[in-house]
Amino acid sequence: MTPQTPMVDKPLLKIEDVEIAFSSPDEADIVAVRQVDLTLTAGKTLCLVGESGCGKSVTARAVLRLLDQNASISRGRILFTPPGEETVDIGALKSDSLSMRAIRGNKISMIFQEPMSSLSPVHTIGDQIDEMIMLHEDLKPKEARERTVSLLDQVGIPGPRERADTYPFQLSGGLRQRAMIAMALACTPNLLIADEPTTALDVTTQAQILDLLKKLQDDYGMAMLFITHDLGVVAEIADEVAVMYLGDVVEQGDVFEVFRAPRHPYTQALMRSIPTMARKADRQRLSPIKGTVPSAKDRPQGCAFTSRCPHAFEPCPTVRPERTQVGEGHVARCHLLTQDTTRAEELA
Amino acid sequence: MVQFILRRFLAMLLTLFAVSFVAFAIIQLPPGDFLTSYMASLAAQGDQVDPRVIENLRQQYGLGEPYLVQYWKWFTGILQGNFGQSFEWKRPVWELIWGRIGYSLLIEGMAVIAMWLIALPIGVYAAVRKYSLGDYLATIGGFIGLAIPNFLFALILMYLSFVWFGRTIGGLFSPGFENAHWSLPRIWDFLQHAWIPVLVLATAGTAELIRILRANLLDELKKPYVTTARSKGLPEWKVILKYPVRMALNPLVSTIGWLLPALVSGSVIVSVVMNLPTAGPMLLRSLTTQDMYLAGAIILLLSVLTVIGTLISDILLAWIDPRIRYGSR
Repeated sequence: MTPQTPMVDKPLLKIEDVEIAFSSPDEADIVAVRQVDLTLTAGKTLCLVGESGCGKSVTARAVLRLLDQNASISRGRILFTPPGEETVDIGALKSDSLSMRAIRGNKISMIFQEPMSSLSPVHTIGDQIDEMIMLHEDLKPKEARERTVSLLDQVGIPGPRERADTYPFQLSGGLRQRAMIAMALACTPNLLIADEPTTALDVTTQAQILDLLKKLQDDYGMAMLFITHDLGVVAEIADEVAVMYLGDVVEQGDVFEVFRAPRHPYTQALMRSIPTMARKADRQRLSPIKGTVPSAKDRPQGCAFTSRCPHAFEPCPTVRPERTQVGEGHVARCHLLTQDTTRAEELA
Repeated sequence: MVQFILRRFLAMLLTLFAVSFVAFAIIQLPPGDFLTSYMASLAAQGDQVDPRVIENLRQQYGLGEPYLVQYWKWFTGILQGNFGQSFEWKRPVWELIWGRIGYSLLIEGMAVIAMWLIALPIGVYAAVRKYSLGDYLATIGGFIGLAIPNFLFALILMYLSFVWFGRTIGGLFSPGFENAHWSLPRIWDFLQHAWIPVLVLATAGTAELIRILRANLLDELKKPYVTTARSKGLPEWKVILKYPVRMALNPLVSTIGWLLPALVSGSVIVSVVMNLPTAGPMLLRSLTTQDMYLAGAIILLLSVLTVIGTLISDILLAWIDPRIRYGSR
């Protein structure tokens, strides 16, 4: 593959300062995602990590406008620039509009967490993939089926022609997830969003699926937004990593940079909570992050991590920290990085 | 699939045999027989009957014999197409009922189709636009439909049609067409009369179908495969019709078989009220007069309908749901 020079080009997807709120008839609105800035470039993988409920999946679904009706993108823009085309603000499109549907599945496609329930149990695998191909490309059913079979072959499903006629419940979890991947790749998308695609699988299958995704990314040259809470998976697959905490992206940067020298206290705490393989004598107790994640309703005005941060000081609960450049393509949002230089050095 | 149908078919034959046995037992249950009630009615009119005549009749019909012998005679007769004689009408049972069963099937089949045609779009709409004005209207209409007894609805319709249009509705034909052969004008006349009983019979079922479909669909709409279908770029209506609606229909399809007998037994009073020539009123009458071969034949045919209905819904379900088709191997 010959990757275009992405430095000159606009980024493929730029999420700017997005806020997503869920309304409910008998409660105040819940702001699930408060401040998300992300940048994705073609051919690269961005991993979005964070605890359960921090807004990772909501962010991913917002990119395809697949959120429930009671959710709204209340602020910010989602700028999508397919190669050689105009930039569109996905956030401003209507979710069932023609232009949104032309992007879904065709330019941006998605793999879901549960391969069990994410495929229709009463349609064959082939039928579900054919449908997507015929929707976006002007192909006859026979030609679509040929493409489906070669896709299934490509994702490593043995006997693809026969397997295309089987129902999801006749396949194992790993094969089902492979079929899901084949479906997502059917129209050679520019961006693949994978929402915890390996969480429901056992570790061996997980490793195979990750390898497959990496190989397919090399073949197709697409960008990938990979959502996970597993830092091991991040180390395996990511080029860049973005860390989310309670609706805020607190740090984004090159995966080696962030793993080597995390700058936000939350990222640092995360890194310290990974168990390492060591001899018994060298073992140390893991240091978990103190406290629990507060609910989005109790989130402080300022930095969301204030209530659990060991370094919290005066401005933290009230003033929202700025995006601070801390290295090449490495940004973090923390008051320590701007206000208190002595403490910042201490941190680094 | 062939094996599946074959096995169901065998099971069906066995069920029918059992049902015929029970049906015969039930019509034998009341004390006495047709002749006792016949004598009672004659005595009530002041007539005397020669006991020897009665004894002859009793011999002729085998009424004094043990239950199993009577049952065996009846059952082997049916296998040869002989349903016996009606005591009251003094005619072969088959002649009496086949036209009535035909009308029953026609009216009730139309009611089933009407139910689905009305309930399907309304139920889907109510689920997709949950808590909208349309959903509330469908809910209110549904509860009213469930709450009004069918015969009352029939009476109201008859009253309104008489007051407003000066027409009496009732029966299935205008007097001129009653005994005519089937022809286009007769079919037209039939349709003009039939829509009212069809509507009346369909109301309660429609309301129930709407409620069940709405509840099923609300469950299915939240499933991840719906999001997957959306993420493909399908238009919303196609997403809903192809995936969740298809799944929400499964439990409904499996109950088609129960609809037929429920309709038949539910239609008795409506048929009496609206003077319809269906099987219901005849069954009622034959049971009160202990006309046992007539009652037995009708009950047996109704059970045949039920069992066939169940077979059809089994086959339909296996056809639309691969999990059942492949699980049955």
